[in-house]
This record gives sequence, structure tokens and C-alpha cells, in this order.
Amino acid sequence: MSARNLAIALAFLALVTLPFWMPGIYYINVGSQILFYAIFALGLNVLVGYAGLVSLGHAGLFGVAAYATGYMLQLGYGHTEAILVALVIGVASMALYAVLSLRSTGIGFIMITLALGEILWGLAYRWISLTGGDNGINVPTRPAPFGYSLTVPTTFYYVTLIIFVASVVLSAVFVNSPFGASLMGTRDQPRRMNALGYHVWMIRFYACLFSGLLTALSGILFVYYTQFISPQTLSLTSSAEVLLMVISGGPGTLLGPIVGAGLVVVVKNVVSGFIERWNFLLGAIFVAIVILMPEGLVPGTARLWRLAFRKRAKPVKTETPS
Amino acid sequence: MSTDTQMNGGQTTASEVAVLELKGLCKSFGGLQATRDVTLRIMAGDRKAIIGPNGAGKTTLFNLITGIYPVTSGQVLLFGQDVTSWPSHRRTALGMARTFQVTSLFPRLTVLNNVLLAIKGLRPSKFVMWRFLSSYKEVYDKAHHLLEQVGFLDRKDTEVRNLSHGEQRQLEIVLGLASDPKILLLDEPAAGLSSGESTEMTEFLMKLDPKLAILLIEHDMDVVFDVADEISVLHFGEVLETGAPEAIKKSKRVQEIYLGTD
Repeated sequence: MSARNLAIALAFLALVTLPFWMPGIYYINVGSQILFYAIFALGLNVLVGYAGLVSLGHAGLFGVAAYATGYMLQLGYGHTEAILVALVIGVASMALYAVLSLRSTGIGFIMITLALGEILWGLAYRWISLTGGDNGINVPTRPAPFGYSLTVPTTFYYVTLIIFVASVVLSAVFVNSPFGASLMGTRDQPRRMNALGYHVWMIRFYACLFSGLLTALSGILFVYYTQFISPQTLSLTSSAEVLLMVISGGPGTLLGPIVGAGLVVVVKNVVSGFIERWNFLLGAIFVAIVILMPEGLVPGTARLWRLAFRKRAKPVKTETPS
Repeated sequence: MSTDTQMNGGQTTASEVAVLELKGLCKSFGGLQATRDVTLRIMAGDRKAIIGPNGAGKTTLFNLITGIYPVTSGQVLLFGQDVTSWPSHRRTALGMARTFQVTSLFPRLTVLNNVLLAIKGLRPSKFVMWRFLSSYKEVYDKAHHLLEQVGFLDRKDTEVRNLSHGEQRQLEIVLGLASDPKILLLDEPAAGLSSGESTEMTEFLMKLDPKLAILLIEHDMDVVFDVADEISVLHFGEVLETGAPEAIKKSKRVQEIYLGTD
């Protein structure tokens, strides 16, 4: 346990001081990407890990929030309005998703979310008057809260870090709240939860809304980061990518999706500079994770750590009685 | 809710209102009639059992009573109130609880957390997202009290998957009791228990609050004959015979169903 807390403290320290020891702006930007993708993965993890509902359409929601921000700015509204409207539209889209897809669970849920994600992708691609079609929407400026312009990569990184930490704290409270306990109950024993007086559908619906909020937040950060949004962001590949972040890191844990986001973003951005076939490498890593740590990187590492620790602890115990 | 009870209970005086009443309950799955015209009245404190061979429609009947399946025709009344079209969780709120034939516990949670979750089911605070579950003292005290009553306090921090099957079957009932039900539906509480364990289960059931009405489905006749005051025999979805345990034991027709004639 203390090893876990130490690891978290060190990782947090590393994140806070990152701009000081990273060799260049490029790497600070990679840090920002990891953080907002981690928020996205945390949002999906609420459904995949805690509710037991696998969504393959979350990139659609991510994209809706991003497009809403871009479109509002294009209409001439300020950043505050754009962000608020994007949050509302993001959560409302998730509510619509939930109403349609919560009619089923398991494969049915996956297929409905997949279809909804594809519909949103199709809209982004074809509803040219709204989305600009293939050309996407440009976001020429970044906001400057309290006079700190987010155009500076380091400032953008710190703002993302603050939102990231807030999201992690929010998720931690959510998971340990009565609602979190009921959500995990509906994942493990929906029939029993129903018999105990829980409204299973409503619990899942609220969980979807929370997932939607985190997804929208990350989508807004994304669009300000790239300052551009195109239909490609909503594609099935993006949905699968964030799902892989959750699954590789460890669904149903708080740290798992964060580690998973780090892994995917680093391989995609940094390693791809050295290895041309980085997709192949990413695939190989996932295969290795599935074979060696099917429960995900974080729970898997914890398991190996306990195993190693026990092996060392046992001989000490046998020596003391003699 | 209270006005509804008064309206529907108008024909009888309040004390005589059946806890649970089934009126001509029927259920068909396509061509298969799983439940045929079942009528049953259960008063407070009654201990009734439903027996019948495999496929007689016992669990289907439970699923109709608890609202898992919609009924084809007939009525389910809870405290005189027509709940035929209500979803399960609302029936639970009115005072109905059930257990499952296949153990449906939360295996990775401790005994205490299983009970906490069960108690929370009927409280509005189950939707609270901004407070820790462990910070609700009153719920915790209640869980503690419940575990003490049923003799599980010494195992409260054990993860449920580490309990024996017999203990899990008992905990299954404890979770049913968590919502302070007036009627408890037990779906084969002794399923898969050894004879020693099912004696323990019988003792456990006999210790429950005498005011609680119990409707029991069971294959283990020792448990049924000890616990129930009245037994109904279900065959092909139909109530064939109802009577005291002794009468059912001697009944020719019941013996025929169970042993077969040809």
C-alpha cells in the first residue's frame, strides 16, 4: 500500500515539475495530450470499468463537445460561452446516447454505441454547413483565463493538469460514494440490485451523464490543444483507441486509464518518431498486456509486486521462530 | 401511497389485508403455459411453501410476483394494492424482498459492505455522488445490528467469496432482510446444501421474526416440513393441492407427481 502511495506521490511530483525537466516544448505538449486523453479515458472507464458497459462510440461524444466549442467560436461567441455550451451539448448528447443504448447491456450496448458513434461521424463528415465537412473547423485562439494566455505551451499544460487533477479527485469521490457502490452493484448483480430496491436503469443513466461530463471536458481541451477539429477525431479508430487506453491500463481502477492514456500517447507521438511501424508496436504491446496482465497494467503490476514482496517476506517469517 | 392502500383495502378491515395476494395469475411463454390461474393469499406471519417437481413453474411464479416478468393475466396485490404493472424496485420499496436460487451476492465485497449496499437500496441517499459510502453512520449501525441478530458479526470483514456455500446461502437471506420487508420470498434457500447445512438453514429460518410473512420454494422436504405451516403443490404451473404439511405428506396425488405412476 505504501509503495502504491509513494508511486502516486512521485508520479504527481513528476507531473507538476514536468515543464522544468522536459527537454523541449514538444514534450510538454505530449504531456498535455496525455493529461486530456487521461480525462477522456477516466470518463469512458466510468462505464467500462464501473458500470460494466462497453461503449464504442465515445469518440463521437468527444467530437461533439469539440465541434460545439469550435462552432460557437466561429459564430463569434467568447471562450466562456463556447466552453459552457460545449459542456451542456456534450452531456446532453450522452443523455441521448444513454436513452437509446441502455435498452440493452453487453454486446447490444456495444453495437448501439458503435452505431451512434458512426452516425455522429457521418454527420461531421456530411453536414458541411455546420461542421465544414472534410475541412473541419479552425479554432484560431486559445482562452486566456486571469490574463494567463494558454497559447504558451507551459501554461496550457498547467491548466490541463489542474483540470486533470480535479477530474481524478471527482472520479475518486464518485467511485467511493454510495452511488459508486450501487453502480458497481449493478455491474456485478443487476438482478439482485433490482430486488434490493435499486432502479438499475436510472443508476446506469446517471453514470452515463458523469462519463459524458468528463468526455466533454477532454473534448474541449483537445480542440483548444490542436486548435482544429475534423471528422477524423470522431472515427471508430478514436473510439477504439480510448477503449484500449482503459483496457490496457486496467478498467475499474482510477490509475489504470491514466497509465493507459500515457502508454498510447507516448507510443503514438514519441516512439512513432523512431519507429515507422509504431502501430505494429502498439499492437504488440497490447497483445503482451493481454497475455501477461489480462486485468490491465495497473492491477497486473500490483499483483506482480505483491508476488515479489511475498516471496521475499516468507523466508524472513520462517527464520524467526527457530 | 397511504390513500391508495385505504381505497383498495376498502372491502376488508385493515388488519385482515393480505400481505400478498395473487388472483388468477397466468403466464405464457409463447405456447408454453408456465403459470395457470394461481390464486394465493398470504397474511402477516404466514409461512407458506410452494413445492413441485422441476419445471413446475415455481421460479416463474416468483418472477411474476416480484415483477421480473410481466403477467399474461391476473393480478398481484401487495397490502391490498394492485402492483401488477409495477417494476421490481417499487415493489421492494413497499415491503417485498426476495432471494435467488443461484447465489447472487457481491463476491468481492466484504459481508459488511454487502449488507450496507442492501440497506442503501431503499434510501434516497443511494444517488449521492459527493460523499463517501462509509460516512453514513446510521446505515452502518443498522448493518451492524442486522449482522449481530443473524450471528454474522464475527465474519463481517470477510470477503463474501471466502465464505462457505452454506454461509453464502444464509447471507443471501440477510440481504433480503436488509430492506425491512414484510414479506420475504425465498427461492430454494437450501439449494446445494449438505444435510448438515440444511439443518442449519432450517434453524436459521425458524429464528426469523415471527411477524414476517415467508413464501418459500424448496426441494429439500426436511426444510419445507419444518418451516412451513401450509404447503401448495405446483404441477405444470397449476396449484394442485394446498394443505398442512402432514396432509400433503400423505396425499396420493402429490406422491404420484413426485414418484410417478407409470
